[in-house]
Amino acid sequence: MTAQTELGGRGLLGGSAAGRLSTLLRAREAGIALLIVVVVAVTAVNNHDFLSASSVQQLLTGAALIALLGVGETLVLVTRNVDLSVGSVLGLSAYVVGDLFKNDHIPVLLGFVIAILIGTAAGALNGFIVTVLRVPSLVITLAMLYVIRGVDSLLVNGKTVDPSAIPSAFTEVGYRTVLGVPWLAIIVVVVVAVAGYAMRSFRSSRELYAIGSNPDAANLAGVPIGRRVFTSFVISGSLAGLAGALFLALHAQVDNSAGLGYELTVVAAVVVGGVAIFGGSGTVVGAALGALLLNTINQALVASRISAFYNEAIAGALLLAAIGVDRWLSLRVTRSLTSAQGAHRDV
Amino acid sequence: MPETDNPAPGAGPAPHAGAGAEPEPRLVLEGAAKRFGAVHALDDGSITLYPGEAHALLGENGAGKSTLVKILGGVYLADEGTLTIDGREVLFGGPAEARDAGVSIIYQEPSLFPDLTVAENIFMSRQPLRGGRRIDRGAMNDETAAIFARLGVELDPRRPARGLSVADQQIVEIAKALSLGAGVLVMDEPTAALTSVEAARLFTVIRTLRSQGAAVLFISHRLEEVFANCQRVTVMRDGRFVRTALIGEVTVDDVIRSMVGRELSALFPKSPTEPGETVLEVESLTSRGVFNDVSFTVRAGEIVALAGLVGAGRTEVARAVFGVDRRTAGTVRIGGEELPNGDPIAAMAAGMALVPEDRRQQGLVMDLSIEQNVALASLARLRRGGLIRRSAESALAGDWTARLQVKYGRLRDAAATLSGGNQQKVVLGKWLARSPRLLIIDEPTRGIDVGTKAEVHRILDGLVAEGMAVLMISSELPEVLAMADRVIVLREGRVTAELGRDEADEDSVMYAATGQLSGAAA
Repeated sequence: MTAQTELGGRGLLGGSAAGRLSTLLRAREAGIALLIVVVVAVTAVNNHDFLSASSVQQLLTGAALIALLGVGETLVLVTRNVDLSVGSVLGLSAYVVGDLFKNDHIPVLLGFVIAILIGTAAGALNGFIVTVLRVPSLVITLAMLYVIRGVDSLLVNGKTVDPSAIPSAFTEVGYRTVLGVPWLAIIVVVVVAVAGYAMRSFRSSRELYAIGSNPDAANLAGVPIGRRVFTSFVISGSLAGLAGALFLALHAQVDNSAGLGYELTVVAAVVVGGVAIFGGSGTVVGAALGALLLNTINQALVASRISAFYNEAIAGALLLAAIGVDRWLSLRVTRSLTSAQGAHRDV
Repeated sequence: MPETDNPAPGAGPAPHAGAGAEPEPRLVLEGAAKRFGAVHALDDGSITLYPGEAHALLGENGAGKSTLVKILGGVYLADEGTLTIDGREVLFGGPAEARDAGVSIIYQEPSLFPDLTVAENIFMSRQPLRGGRRIDRGAMNDETAAIFARLGVELDPRRPARGLSVADQQIVEIAKALSLGAGVLVMDEPTAALTSVEAARLFTVIRTLRSQGAAVLFISHRLEEVFANCQRVTVMRDGRFVRTALIGEVTVDDVIRSMVGRELSALFPKSPTEPGETVLEVESLTSRGVFNDVSFTVRAGEIVALAGLVGAGRTEVARAVFGVDRRTAGTVRIGGEELPNGDPIAAMAAGMALVPEDRRQQGLVMDLSIEQNVALASLARLRRGGLIRRSAESALAGDWTARLQVKYGRLRDAAATLSGGNQQKVVLGKWLARSPRLLIIDEPTRGIDVGTKAEVHRILDGLVAEGMAVLMISSELPEVLAMADRVIVLREGRVTAELGRDEADEDSVMYAATGQLSGAAA
C-alpha cells in the first residue's frame, strides 16, 4: 500500500471537494433564481404585460403565503419530520379572525395576534403528539389536517365573512405597496431573512439539522431532540396562523375552503427549493425561492394562455426534476469526496 | 446464570496489578451490573483507568465489553456498581452527562452528521459564540484546524462529513473528544474496519493523547495491537471481570486462556455420525473487500462450523453462499450442480435453507401468527388454485411446532408473543418444513436461555443423524466445539484454519481467529 501518498493527499482533496460542495449548494439557490428569471423573460417576450407592475406584484403576493408556510415547513422537514396541517391551520385562523372582525369588531393588531396564537396552539399540539406521544409526524399532521378542517367547517357552517365586515386597515396589508412592493411580500421577505439568518447562526437551529442528519448521533451529542422538534412544530404552526391572517387580508373574504390543499404545494415548493425530504439539509431561502418559482410558472402559464391543465403537470415535473437533481448531486458529491481516498481495504 | 465464582485457570496477579507509586486513577468502575429483563448483559464490570495509559479491554464476543462501554458513556445506567471519576462518585443520566464529566466514547461505527461540516460535527451544541449568542464559524474552523494539527492529521474543517472514510470519521470523533478536554477516551474496536496503515495512524494519535495525560480504554480483538500499544490489560468473560495486569506481566497465552477458560459441560455434545456424500462445495468464494478465496465443503450428516471473531466475514460468506449477496468470484455447488450468482430462489429450489442471525429482523414476521410464520417458506406447497389453504397451513405448523417442541399459547398468536428460544424454533421449523438438504444456521442459540439452547442442539443433532448437512455460524466457542465435526476459522475475510473435531479446541480456534501463531501456545 502506498501509505504516505494516501495520507498526504487527503487534506488537499478534502479542501477542493468542500469548496466544490459549497459551490454546488449555492448553485442550488442561484439555479432556482436563474430559472425564475428565465421563466419571466420567456413569458415577457410573448406577453409584455407580464412585466407590468401589477403583474409582478401579483407574482410576489401569490408566492408570499406559500413561502411563509415554506419557512415553517423547512424547519420541520430539516428535523426529518413533516407538517401537513399547515393548510388547515391557515384556514381555521383566517376564518376565526374574520368572524371576530365581523361579530366582535376587534382591533386590527389583535386580529394578527389571535391568528398567530391559533397557529401556535395547533403547532404545540402537533409537536406534543410527535415528541411526547411519539406518533410519526406524517400520521399525526395528516390527521390534524382533517380534524382542523372539520372544526373549521363546523364553525363556518355555510357562512362566509365578506369584505364589508373586515376593517380596511387590515385589508390594506393585502393590497398596499411600498415603493411598488406589496406589504405582504415585505412581511414574508423579513420573515425569510430573519429565519434564514437564524438557521445559520444559532446553536439551537444547527441542532435541527443535526437531528435530521443523524438522530442517534444527535442524541449522543446531547441535543435535546424532543424540545427542538417541538419548537419547530410550534414555529411552523405560528407561521401558518400568521399566514391565515394574511390570507384574510389578501382576499378580504373567507369561507371553509381557505388554504385547502396548500400543504402539498408547500411541501412541493420546499423540496423544489432544495430542502431534503429526509432531513438534515436545506435552507429557508431556498424554500422561499421554490415557492416563488412554482408561482411564477403558474402565472406564466396563465399569461401565455396555456391551459391550466398543464399547471399541475408542470409542478409535478419540476418536483421530479428537483428530486432527480438532488439524488444526482448527492451521488456525485459522495463520489468526489470518497474517491482517491484510499478506500481500498487490505483484506 | 453464570456461576458466581469462576477463577480463571492460571489466573495471574490480582486486579490492579503492578507495584510502585501509581498515579491517582482517573476512572474507576467497580462491580457494574446491567440486566435487560432476564438477560444478564453484565454481571461484574470493573476497570481502573490511569492517566497517560492505554488500557486494553479484552474478551470474547458477548463477554460484556460493549455493555461496559455504554455504561461508561452514560448510554446505559448500571443496575449496580459504582463509577468514580477523579475521585468523585458519579451517576450518568445520559450521554451528555458522561461527556461533561470528561468521558468520551468512540463507538465502533462512528456517529457523525453527514450533512454538516467536520467542524460542526466536532462542536455540535458547543459551537464557539460571538455577540448575540451567534455561532462564530471562523473560530470554530480555526479551533478544529488546531486540533487536527495537534493530532498530526490533515482534514478540512469545512468539508461535510459525508464521504469520509471510517478512519477519518474516527479522527473526527477523537477531535471531538479532544475539544471537550476529555480526560478519558474509550474506543470500542476502533481498528476493526481500518487498514493497517490507517490503524498505524490511529495508534500514533493515541500515543499523542497519552503523552498529553489522557486515559485511553481500547477494545480490540487484535492481540498484537494490544500488546504493541497498550500498557495494561483487563480481561472479561461471561459478563464478569476476570483479571487486570500490566502488559509486561502477561503473555498472549495467559490472556487467551483468561478469555476462553470456561466449562463445556452445560452443552449438548453432538453424537458421532458417518458423513455421506458431499452436499455443498464452495470454491474460491470471494466478495471483494469483504472476504477472499474461501473454500470448504459440507457433507451429508455433518455439521461444519464457521468460526471467527465478529467482523471476520462469517455471516457474509453464508449470505453469499445462499445467494442473498452477490459474489465477486468463485463457485457454489449443491450436489454437484452449480448455483447461479445472487439467486436465493435457486438456492432454495436446490435444497438450501438459511436461518439468519437476526430472528426479529430477518427470520420472523413478528405480527403474523405462528402458523403463518412456519408456513411462510412453504407457501407454494400449500396452495390450491392460487389460494393458501388455512387448514394445510395449520396442519403444517402443528406438525413442526410439535416436532420442535415449541411452547406457545395458540398457533394463531402472533410470533412476537413467543420467547426468544421458541421464536428460534419457529424459524427453524419454517425452513425444515421445506425438507432442505443443507441448512445454514447463523448464531443458532444467540440470546437463548441454557435449557432451550440444549434443545436446539439436540434438534440439530437429530437432523444430521437423518442425513442433513448443516453449516453453522457461531460466535460461541463452546457451541462450536461441542457441535461441529469440522471447524473453518475465518480471520479478516480469509480462511486461517480448517480443524477436525479432534484438532479443534479453544486454543487452536482462538489462535486461528486472532491471528496468533499456535506456536505461542504453551
